Order: sequence, then C-alpha cells, then structure tokens
Amino acid sequence: MSLTDAEAQELQVEREQVVGRWADARQRLLRSPSAVAGLILIAIFVLVAVFAPLLAPYEPGEQNLSIIRPGVYPGPSAEHLLGVDQLGRDILSRIIYGARTSLVIGVGSLLFGALVGLLIGATAGALGGRVDTVLMRFMDMMLAIPSLLLAIGIAAAIGRGLTAVMVAIGVVNVPIFARLLRSSMLSQRESDYVLAAHSLGVKRSRIVAGHIIPNSIAPVIVAATLALATAIIEAAGLAFLGLGSADPGVAEWGRMLAETQSFLQNAPHAAIFPGLAIVISCLGFYLLGEGLREALDPKFRR
Amino acid sequence: MLKFIVRRLIQLIPILIGLSILVFVWIRTLPGGPAEALLGERATPEAIERVRELYGLDRPIWQQYLTYVESVVRLDFGQSVVSRRPVVTEIGERFPATIELTIAAMIFAVGIGIPLGFLAAKRYQRPVDHLSVAGSLLGVAIPVFFLGMVLKYIFSVKLGWLPTTGRADATSTAPHPTGFYVLDALITNDRVAFMDAVRHLILPAIALGTIPLAIITRITRASVLDVVNEDYVRTAQAKGMEPTVVDRRHIFKNAMLPVVTIIGLQTGLLLSGAILTETVFAWGGMGQWMYQAINFRDYAVLQAGILFLAVVFVLVNLLVDITYARLDPRIRVR
Repeated sequence: MSLTDAEAQELQVEREQVVGRWADARQRLLRSPSAVAGLILIAIFVLVAVFAPLLAPYEPGEQNLSIIRPGVYPGPSAEHLLGVDQLGRDILSRIIYGARTSLVIGVGSLLFGALVGLLIGATAGALGGRVDTVLMRFMDMMLAIPSLLLAIGIAAAIGRGLTAVMVAIGVVNVPIFARLLRSSMLSQRESDYVLAAHSLGVKRSRIVAGHIIPNSIAPVIVAATLALATAIIEAAGLAFLGLGSADPGVAEWGRMLAETQSFLQNAPHAAIFPGLAIVISCLGFYLLGEGLREALDPKFRR
Repeated sequence: MLKFIVRRLIQLIPILIGLSILVFVWIRTLPGGPAEALLGERATPEAIERVRELYGLDRPIWQQYLTYVESVVRLDFGQSVVSRRPVVTEIGERFPATIELTIAAMIFAVGIGIPLGFLAAKRYQRPVDHLSVAGSLLGVAIPVFFLGMVLKYIFSVKLGWLPTTGRADATSTAPHPTGFYVLDALITNDRVAFMDAVRHLILPAIALGTIPLAIITRITRASVLDVVNEDYVRTAQAKGMEPTVVDRRHIFKNAMLPVVTIIGLQTGLLLSGAILTETVFAWGGMGQWMYQAINFRDYAVLQAGILFLAVVFVLVNLLVDITYARLDPRIRVR
C-alpha cells in the first residue's frame, strides 16, 4: 500500500523532530549569543591556565627590584604590560599563573562537591523512605549555614593549602547537587516511560542508570557550570581572607588583591587587573550557565 | 496562621541541634585539639588542663556535647585569645555594626532593584531591559571585596568625596547608646554625627548590596513578566481599568511574592558576606572581628561567630517564611 502525499509529509515532519536530545541542545546552545560569549571567555581562561608557563613573560615570583622604590610601583609599560606589584613582581605573569590556581580549585572543588553530592542525591532518590529523609535533612542543615561561613570553618579546621580550599568550597556544593539530582529523579520516577520500562520487566538498577539518571542530568549540568563561577569567587574570597594556599609562591587572584590593599593609592593597577581577571572568568561561566539553562530546560522554550 | 508559626518553630529544633553538633565536632577537629585551639598556641599546660576540666574533655563524648550545649545556651562562648574578653561581650558590641551595614545594603538593593526590575519587565526586550539583564549578570560576577576596593579607590582616594574606612570620623566624640551609629545620631539629635555616620555607610553598603541588587532586579523582572500574562491582568485591562491601577493593584502586588523570599534569603547571606566587606572598609562589625580571628587563630571567636551568624541566618529565614505565609494564604495550608 502506498502512502498519500499528505501522509508522507506527515512522516517527514515526524522524522525531523526526532533529533537526539544532545544534538538539539547543542544547536540551541550555539544559537544563544550569551552561551557563545561564555564559551569564548572560558576557552581563553582554560588555555591561559594550561599554557601558563609558555604565555607568562616572567616567573610568578620573579622580582624586578630595580624599578620599584617605596611608594613607587610602576604601572603598565612595555617591559611589564600590566605593571608590577609592591614587591616588583610582574602582574600579568601572576594573573596568568593565577588562572591556573583558579582552574585547579574550580575543577577540584566541583569534582568533590558533585561526586559526593550526586552520590548522596542518587542514593536518596533511588532508595527513598527513611534513608531519603535522613540524608535530605542533613543536606538541609548544611544549606542552613551560609556558604562562606561553612567554607571558612572547614578551611580553618583542615589547615591551609589548595586541597583544603577545594574541599571547603566543594562541601558547599554537596547539598546543592544532592537535592538537585534527587528532586529531578523523583519527578522522573513518576513519569510514564519509567512506568513503561517497569512493566516491561526492566530491572530497577537498569531503570535508574539507563533512564532516570540520563533524564535528570540537565539541571545538574547547569548547576555545575554555575558552581565553577561561584568556586572562582569563593576561592578568591578565601584567599583574600588569608585562607588560601599556604605557599606564598603560588599566585592567587584573591591574595593578589589582599596583598595590594594597603598600596591601593600607589599601585591601583595591582588591584584592578587581578580583580578584572576574576570578573571576566566568572562572567564566562555565568554566561554559559544561562545559555545552557535555556538550551537544556524545555520550560524556557516558548 | 498561629499553627503555621508553631509548626515552623518545631521544624527549627532539629536544625539547631544539627548546627550545634556540627560546630561541636568542628571544634574537636581543630588543629591542636579543642583546649589548645580555644586558648591559643602559647597556652600554658596548666591553662590547658583547666580548660580540659572546665569543658570536661576527659569525660565521654556525649557528656562533653551536653556541657557544650549548656554553655552555648548560657551564651558562654569563652574568651577571645586576642582581647582576653568574653566573646559574648564582643558580639554584643559588634553585632549592631553588622546589622546596620546589612540594613543599609538591603535598602540600597531593594530601593533600586525592585523599580529597575519592574521597569525592565514593562519595557521587555527594549534597551532598559537589556541593560538590566547585563547589569545583573555583571553584579553577581564581581567579588564584593574587589568592588569595595574599586569604590574606595575612586570615591575616597581619587575624588575624596567619602571616607575610606571605619564607621565614624576618628575625632568624633558622639555617644553611642545603641551601637547603631545612624540611630544614635537621630536619638541624640546630632546633625554632624548623623551625616558622618551616613557618609561612612555609603560605600560599604553599595559594595555589599550589589549582589542582592543584581538578584532582586532579576527576580522582580522575571516575576513581573510572569504576572503580566495572567488572565486576571488581562481582565483588569479589558474592563478599562487605569493602567497605573493595574500596575499597582494587580501586577505589582502579585509579582512581589517571590521577591520577598529572595530579599529574606539575601539578608541572611549578607550577614556572612559582610566578612569580606567589613575587612575592606575596616568596619568594626562581626565580619572584621572574624577576619581577625582567622588570622590570629582565635578559635573561640570564630566558633561563636559562625554559630551565631548561622543561627541568625536560620531565624531570618523563619521570618521570611512567616511573612510569605501572611502574603500568600496558599502556603499556610500546605
């Protein structure tokens, strides 16, 4: 039996709509100007961080003592493109190496927070019942403490160092990811396709791993992008408060700002450029996060 | 309504217990153990022994916890290692400063954020709207301490319009019966002190208020955009109601619900965000105090500060929930 034209057309339309979820999301993402801008900023940030030793004109701790005098810390020049700080160190080089520190802290804290959080969230969501109640009450309690306080407390307890900073910032993310994955899983669990898989006799573990988790992951991806932005700001905040890396040789944007506080009048450039580095890299992750939310969340498609 | 408040108060109990356990465990993980941590690194063995006895550190852990809770309930947080004064006295002195700064920051954020968000939604997809969206994105990406330093450099160092640090002029002899400097000046009817206090407040309040400003603008905009498309708004417009009345009575009132929640949440967060702002502006509040505590390893102060601010944060959220329930009857039933 042959199809009428109208039927063939209908089929064609249907076929076009069956684009994979990820291909669809990618298309939407690349059409969003904010997401593209974010991706570009993030690409620059990551490249600078990875190739820091090749890009930086000086070593981060290298001091050019010949050009500084008390109260005189030269700003941008041909020799030092962004000027030097109160110890005669090249600010551009320190910003470049600082990108490295920020990236390591950002990724490290995200991995820690997301892994622990997703594990807790998935356990609570999959098991339900009393386990769910206990785990989620504990997560609520963690959310009841302002994140900066929590991070300060943890950093103070486990000592200084990059690992401590990563854990401190990562812990803040744990309840966020746990709740997100759990609530997302709960709503998926009630959906028809899960019921269908269930009635076909698919094992529970396979439904969770093969259906529920992949369908619950979109908001987690958005949260992860935004978590990277907050990680950069919070790491800078901790470093600013003196809770950053224990090694003074490590270039950190937050510490650069803290150290230059008393020299603001004589060397404003030593504060402005590292500050801008924080703003720009953060903005990159926020922009991408916004774009991702629009691309992945059907609610935004109107 | 009363039932709702009682229920929320009961829900508070496990959170407070959990918080106390968390801080209790935290003290025990501090480097050098609790006794040394609370006394400082140069504590004599006798002093350490005294603290061990006082806090019952040789007794079973659950007894130690009960002792701890008892001392917290009596507001006995021990002594500051740095100032050698009771921690609770210092909280009493410094908390008003932080509250004053938080309120000022919130006035700034709400005063600009709500009108701006409303305007952006009414001029959807027009220049004002785009500017507000871009601005609120930038607002959350700027670290408070960086913004504080930039404001300080421009308005204090370069232009000399506003003071760089502190809460009042160093030569000021104005009395401070309440600890809220602006209020004190009003009570004593001291014009000079009032202007002085306000001038000191402006920059820190802007620095601290920028993140909530960005968020409030955003939420107001989104919420108004939602409400504008509701049927009851269309009905009101269709029956020929004055546009300003529709704006006020139908759109604004209903759009404010989510904004109230955010304002409350942000107020709680500001209390801790003040740590960074107060450090930049040498504002003599809880934040600056805790910053010093971090650097001097003054754990007695840090412990009390964290617990105190976390409890205030929880209480502020409770207050928000109650306000919210008053505004929206649907919440009470749930």
